[in-house]
Amino acid sequence: MVNENDAEASFVPMSSAPDKWLRKEHLPHIWCPGCGIGTILRQVIEQFTKLGWKNDDVVFVTGIGCTGRASGYVNAQTLHTIHGRALPTATGIKMARPDMHVVAMLGDGDGVGIGGNHFIHAAKRNIGVTAIVVNNRIYGMTGGQVSPTTPQGSKSTTTPYGNVEPSMDVCKLALGAGATFVARVHTANPVYVGQIIGRALQHDGFAVVEVLSQCPTYFGRFNGMPDPVQMLQWFKENTFMAKSPEDEKEGKIPIGVFKDDKTTPELSKSYRNLWEA
Amino acid sequence: MNKFDVSVDTRLCKACGLCVLVCPKKVFELRDEDGKSVPVNALACIGCTQCYQICPDFAITVYKKEGALA
Repeated sequence: MVNENDAEASFVPMSSAPDKWLRKEHLPHIWCPGCGIGTILRQVIEQFTKLGWKNDDVVFVTGIGCTGRASGYVNAQTLHTIHGRALPTATGIKMARPDMHVVAMLGDGDGVGIGGNHFIHAAKRNIGVTAIVVNNRIYGMTGGQVSPTTPQGSKSTTTPYGNVEPSMDVCKLALGAGATFVARVHTANPVYVGQIIGRALQHDGFAVVEVLSQCPTYFGRFNGMPDPVQMLQWFKENTFMAKSPEDEKEGKIPIGVFKDDKTTPELSKSYRNLWEA
Repeated sequence: MNKFDVSVDTRLCKACGLCVLVCPKKVFELRDEDGKSVPVNALACIGCTQCYQICPDFAITVYKKEGALA
């Protein structure tokens, strides 16, 4: 604070999101130094503020894992469910209360590991839930075990000589199952993460945003990137803007919006129409 | 006269160093005793907001002088 004598009252914070959307008494949060989940949560609450939503109209559902702890810090209607079952819970809430904004924040294990089948069926139904899949490519909370999205050849606690299995692509899975908004972004560009999450929140139907995130403690430390700064530079160097997750360019990871379909009817609305007819 | 000011809540900061990476004006420095971020050069802030957008610990607040262009 350099300007304390300089009429401090005329300086206002540039963002009111933390005051409105965070349970500040629970901070500091439990995530490790440099963890990307905090950056993503910041972008989610910035978009809530930008859209002008009320705290009581937002339902924030999470499962288990590092990402699951996010529901404890958001000042909205929050629900911390059992492992992998964030999307069925969110589906039930949306069917009962179609007027509410239902946001599910999943980890990679929660979304496509133990909750993989629920993910596929939520996408098939096109339920109006925004699924933010935080893909840190490892099971962080339990000690760095291999997850479905760990890249082939990467090391983890349970694959000390490198992962022999091919990894799962969340965006291809979502596209194949019929999600109507599919995008992939990474935390090295947080403003872009916010823009894409904002589009997904406004989308009427099942919206999937896969956010590649850094886990410096487990994924980074086992794979030669113990510093979060190194991991963000790795994201910048190893991703490229694409129109489809099938695009290939020197073995890099495609990012961008892969699908934005506004014509497919949303489930809770089609159900209401049937009910009212 | 500068239009922006930066503060870091040292209670929340976990010394990851991401603000030092993104800041284009070298506003932040990690202090020696515990590695936490300090806005040593807050007068140079141009209000690009990249630091609080990336800060995973909600520690950074950027202030704008009322009426100034962002």
